[in-house]
Amino acid sequence: MRGVKELGHYAQLLYQALRSSTEISTYRKNLFHEFVKIGYESIPIIFLVGIFTGAVMTLQTAYQLDTDIYPSDIIGSIVAQSIIIELAAVISALVLAGKVGARISTELGTMRVSEQIDALESMGFNSVSFLVVPRILSGIFMFPILYITAAVFGIIGGVIAGAVDGILPVAEFMKGARAFFFESDIIFGLIKSIVFGFVITSVSCYKGYYAFGGAEGVGTATTQATVLSCIFVLLADFALAAILL
Amino acid sequence: MIEIKNLTKSFGDMLVWEDVSFKIEDGETIAVIGRSGTGKSVLLKHLNALLYPDSGEVLIDGKCIFELSYTELRKVRQRFGILFQGGALFDSINTFENIAFPLRYFTDQSEEEIEHNVHEALDMVNLESVGSKSTAELSGGMRKRVGLARAIILKPDYLLYDEPTSGLDPKTSGEINELIITMADSLDITSIVITHDMHSVLEVAETVAFLDDQKLSWFGKKDDMQNSDNKQLLDFITASEYQIKPN
Repeated sequence: MRGVKELGHYAQLLYQALRSSTEISTYRKNLFHEFVKIGYESIPIIFLVGIFTGAVMTLQTAYQLDTDIYPSDIIGSIVAQSIIIELAAVISALVLAGKVGARISTELGTMRVSEQIDALESMGFNSVSFLVVPRILSGIFMFPILYITAAVFGIIGGVIAGAVDGILPVAEFMKGARAFFFESDIIFGLIKSIVFGFVITSVSCYKGYYAFGGAEGVGTATTQATVLSCIFVLLADFALAAILL
Repeated sequence: MIEIKNLTKSFGDMLVWEDVSFKIEDGETIAVIGRSGTGKSVLLKHLNALLYPDSGEVLIDGKCIFELSYTELRKVRQRFGILFQGGALFDSINTFENIAFPLRYFTDQSEEEIEHNVHEALDMVNLESVGSKSTAELSGGMRKRVGLARAIILKPDYLLYDEPTSGLDPKTSGEINELIITMADSLDITSIVITHDMHSVLEVAETVAFLDDQKLSWFGKKDDMQNSDNKQLLDFITASEYQIKPN
């Protein structure tokens, strides 16, 4: 029963956000601020996630295919395709659920319990337009860029690990990667990242916007936002794979 | 004029108060008093529809604010300034920007005009040279003053104060009380002060609404409080630091 009620409140907030999205002058300034916070400031962690995911993936694939049955460039195919279709989007999203989701829910939760959101409303502001809309839009616009970043650095990480460990030369890795490269895989990854960006930012906004109960309430909202974001990312990942692949 | 008619509010199964009715005349300063947990701040948040009641009406110039569209409501809200209990200053921007915030979004004033108006508001609350400070650097009293400067910057018709002297030392409390009187006189504002500080009530209020036992227990002129036969009100008054003895 409580879950249904929460879902109703979440849907209500999304409806308000959709209606408020036309008030561009209210959130324009915050939108650019959020582009920087969600997009630009996440690049270092996405760089690390990409590089190490690709590197580990290469080492493990080489270990699992350590026979003479397969040509060695197949490692490049498997690593590149896994990164483009799945890993770059999902692992980035799970990391960003912690970094971006926690920041959003803590910020909005603190604003709620310290009456800053009431202050905005009492001045005649549409607080949903001012606070929620720019964060969700930034998630939708910035996550695909972060996905591309993670995918590029993932493949670079795989190439470096393969070359440094003497598993396969760069040229063979790239030959294998090109052999099974399909543009539709990138489009699939981009669709996933847009959905994940929306899920993480909207769930975190919802939890923060309706936080209550002082510091403990903000802590609870942040934990719930992060956990729910991760769960919904995994559910959405499964649903998109079932529908689109 | 603000007219509160038969207002009832509960949170889940917990009744806050029921059937609360009174009028606030233009230019009047009214204090809403009562023990902690009697729903004073909840009542304040109904006056500009930050909260909605279970039943009842709040009429501003004859129109019930709970029946307005969100766009209409936002216009009505701009006629109110609120000093929140903790100031509710935006901690992502500095003090100057906090006060300038409504001007930047709701007016097309130039940067010079904004600067002039912010300094004028800071002067009115007896603060100088705090514009560049972050809100974290401000003391409790300063936060209230900055909150007040922000509340008056759009020259509202109604000024709502939520526990304006709570957590302040007696001297600073006295200064805030003086500011409330100054605001009411110089800006010709209708003021609604939520407080349990009887010193504040005696200094600033003309009319008093006393919430107790989940209802409006007493309403009248400040000077009539002492002659009231309302035992809860007299208990509340005599329990205060200032010991006003009933006649």
